[in-house]
Amino acid sequence: MTGRLIPREAGIHPPLFTPTYKTSVLRSPERALISFDSSPSEETGPTFGHMKLGALDNDLLLNYARPGTSAIGERIIVHGRLLDENNRPIPNALIEIWQANAGGRYRHKKDGYLAALDPDFGGCGRTITGEDGSYAFRTVKPGAYPWPNGPNEWRPAHIHFSIFGHSFGQRLISQMYFEGDPLIARCPIAQTIPDKAALDRLVAALDMGETKPMDAIAYRFDIVLRGHRQTHFENRPEGL
Amino acid sequence: MVQKFDKPILTPSQTAGPYVHIGLAPEACGIEDVPFETLGREIAGPEAKGDRIKITCRVVDGGDLPLRDCLVETWQADAAGIYPGQEGADPAVSGFGRMPADFTTGEIIFETIKPGAIALSGDRKTPPHISFWIFARGINHGLHTRMYFPEDDLSGDPLLARIEHRDRIATMVAEATGPGEYRFDIRLQGAGETVFFDI
Ligand SMILES: [Fe+3]
Repeated sequence: MTGRLIPREAGIHPPLFTPTYKTSVLRSPERALISFDSSPSEETGPTFGHMKLGALDNDLLLNYARPGTSAIGERIIVHGRLLDENNRPIPNALIEIWQANAGGRYRHKKDGYLAALDPDFGGCGRTITGEDGSYAFRTVKPGAYPWPNGPNEWRPAHIHFSIFGHSFGQRLISQMYFEGDPLIARCPIAQTIPDKAALDRLVAALDMGETKPMDAIAYRFDIVLRGHRQTHFENRPEGL
Repeated sequence: MVQKFDKPILTPSQTAGPYVHIGLAPEACGIEDVPFETLGREIAGPEAKGDRIKITCRVVDGGDLPLRDCLVETWQADAAGIYPGQEGADPAVSGFGRMPADFTTGEIIFETIKPGAIALSGDRKTPPHISFWIFARGINHGLHTRMYFPEDDLSGDPLLARIEHRDRIATMVAEATGPGEYRFDIRLQGAGETVFFDI
């Protein structure tokens, strides 16, 4: 247990009811969420630091590819650090990603987009953050894809991220976008985030410093989870 | 002007989308030769102490349709009310579950052990409960709720005590359907809407 969680700042996360993203209309609670100080049930959480990962778990170029080949598409490195809002690194934490292939097609039985599947690309990866909160994946840049929210709607290129901190109350799922993509401004899902500066947090920057010449372009994506209060004076009148 | 906090902006949430299974439950979406196994399949191993229970859930939308593309994650204490990672926790309990809804029925069935009451500071306790986190296409931010058990006295729970509309507490209490078997429906919207938390 790592102590009381800092309450989520209002206006960072998207509201639950966002009619321009149509599926949210019937899937969003109408009643206000009940706010409450965290308790052991939220201050503890599953940890995965001990988990044994395969050598290719964070390498989507190779982890589904037939021997001797690799996934088709623009080769990229996505790396960054997992931090809490007090700017402290979160080590030994699990990050899982999934994405479409370079043509914008998912390896999923519900995806019927006409773009071709890549036999050498599965589309999922996972890793555990290092002592300094750092992580890295190697993959292909996903393609944009159409979706039936409106008559002509396209998702910007994105990678889905699932992130654990050290407590259940820090759990987060989000999406990473790419610097300079004109579809971000037109995407009803990206635009569910009300605050422009908050949306900018989801846009990974081109990182020439980590780009491997003649090999792969790097993007940097730092992730910030809720922190725990640095409680100088503690009293818990509710007994929590 | 004052000193500035050097506080980074939180990473905002985005929906898990319809293809979440690829990353978090690959065998559910028809991926063969999955590069690694799904996590959260065993909440309590065969050696775990406590009463074994089976829970069947559904997540239902505002149009009364079960979500067939959602996932739930659960987190719970061991039979003594100790969370994994805390001192003295039962090593056979991982406490973490991750289950996709059935693509046809929307049902989510899992087995575990009944958790114990959770000690709070002083001599207070929170009655046994399992924390749920629900995510899917159309849900912009993972929804957090708890499942309590119908056989327990919930009157001492400080969290439930804060809910002004007392009739809503029932939305977090599972229904007993047989010995060690429970049903728990989560309603996202409308009549009988489940209580969700911002904790
Ligand atoms: Fe997607």
